Amino acid sequence: MSDFLYIYRGGERANTPEESEKVMQRWVAWMTELGQKGHMKDRGQPLESEGKVVKGKQKVVTDGPYAETKDVVGGYTLVEARDLAHAAELAKGCPIFETGGMVEVRPVMEM
Amino acid sequence: MIVDEHLFRRESGRMVATLTRIFGMHNLGLAEDVVQDAFCRALETWKLRGVPDNPAAWLLKAAKNRAIDVLRKERKVREFSPELDKRHESEWTLVPTIEEYFQPTAIKDDLLRMMFSCCDPRLSEAAQVALVLHLVCGFGTAEIAAAFLSGKAAIEKRISRAKHVLAGAKRLFDLTDRDFSVRLTAVRRALYLLFNEGYHGASRESVVRTELCREAMRLAGLLLDFAPAATPATYALCALMRLHAARLPARIDAAGDLTPLADQDRTLWDASLIKEGQRLLERSAVGSDLSEYHIEAAIAAVHASAASSRETDWMEIVSLYDKLVALQPSPIVALNRAIAIAQADGPAPGLAEIRAIADADRLAEYPFYHAAIGELELRSGNVASARKSFQAAAAVARNPTERRFLERRASACDS
Repeated sequence: MSDFLYIYRGGERANTPEESEKVMQRWVAWMTELGQKGHMKDRGQPLESEGKVVKGKQKVVTDGPYAETKDVVGGYTLVEARDLAHAAELAKGCPIFETGGMVEVRPVMEM
Repeated sequence: MIVDEHLFRRESGRMVATLTRIFGMHNLGLAEDVVQDAFCRALETWKLRGVPDNPAAWLLKAAKNRAIDVLRKERKVREFSPELDKRHESEWTLVPTIEEYFQPTAIKDDLLRMMFSCCDPRLSEAAQVALVLHLVCGFGTAEIAAAFLSGKAAIEKRISRAKHVLAGAKRLFDLTDRDFSVRLTAVRRALYLLFNEGYHGASRESVVRTELCREAMRLAGLLLDFAPAATPATYALCALMRLHAARLPARIDAAGDLTPLADQDRTLWDASLIKEGQRLLERSAVGSDLSEYHIEAAIAAVHASAASSRETDWMEIVSLYDKLVALQPSPIVALNRAIAIAQADGPAPGLAEIRAIADADRLAEYPFYHAAIGELELRSGNVASARKSFQAAAAVARNPTERRFLERRASACDS
């Protein structure tokens, strides 16, 4: 088994509290399932949408991350899977696709 | 790991009330934004981290932290509530000051004060009820529109106008204010209307309606917990709500169809609500204060104690309606009295009473006026005029449920 990082990008916010509650319930169900099947290493953390970017030799600080809304990283989770293909397959259960977001699946470098 | 589907709605009222006490009524919009923000943060965090053991406490803490942020950032540029302790101006005392505002007992009072603020005499009763639903119960404008069979845009307009009126006051209504008892009357009236909207209301969806009744009962319960508000009329109102709510399971069937009182399966009535209602009615019987709620609750109690329509003490109900007519004369009350007379003395005296109603023209658009005449004509054997009355009733039905019910009555005349 190897470790993979799921990076959540984009995804529309629901319009009503009821709708967002439903979305949240689906996330909780998915995360719980990953845990029960032994894939969960670290549930990770959500990220604020605001931030700063420090760049270049001059270490210029700008308001960021300046990516398109659909690309902004909203959070991450660390999972365990057999290989990259398996990790990508598992990511298909993520509710983020219902709200137009995506999951970037990145293998954690091994020794 | 399931969140109660009403969690956000319920917590919203508490949080908006407390934040409004801190920010001031003129910053109500800011309070609502902070609450929305707390909800969004909750969802983003719970998605990944899972739902905490006490989600309500988590939300409250998130709202408190946002309030502290806002005060820190804006204390120099924005004027907050005059009752906000000056201690918020010092970084040393800001956090403990806000902690105090978020104590559970303080929050309960804030909710009560918000309810009294919503029932501002400058607002129409319809606007008061919409505001209570929106600010205290946390209903969205779409839900309120559905409950009142009104357009979302119309409700939004009504609420935003009403908020504008409230913003004239800098602070939540003060429960020690000398207008307290006048406001209390308005609050009871708004809760009564809220309950009735759920009980008799237009919305087809029985879930929505039950929820309205439940909210009205919950808020009336807050009045009972606050001694100056727990007057005999408040007890009577609470009794009335319970005695009526007890009949809800038998009143609307799974398909959303109405079953009239006489045909209800009384074994479906909620015995514990009836008992609770009777207890509250007893407690309301102190002093000389006799409100319309007392009489309506007493009528409901007579029904609740009867095993069937036939075994109901209709004479007692007629005499209660006599009192109600004297206290609060209206064509609808007169109509209900006439129906009770028909039950006690037969259809002919009932019809005579209906024809004697003073402002009967005000009932022309009320479907159950025509339906009552239809029922009594039918019982007198005048099938043709009964059918005509039921058809007239169906023509002014206010929603599909009523229309279906009345059309069924009209076609029953043919068999």
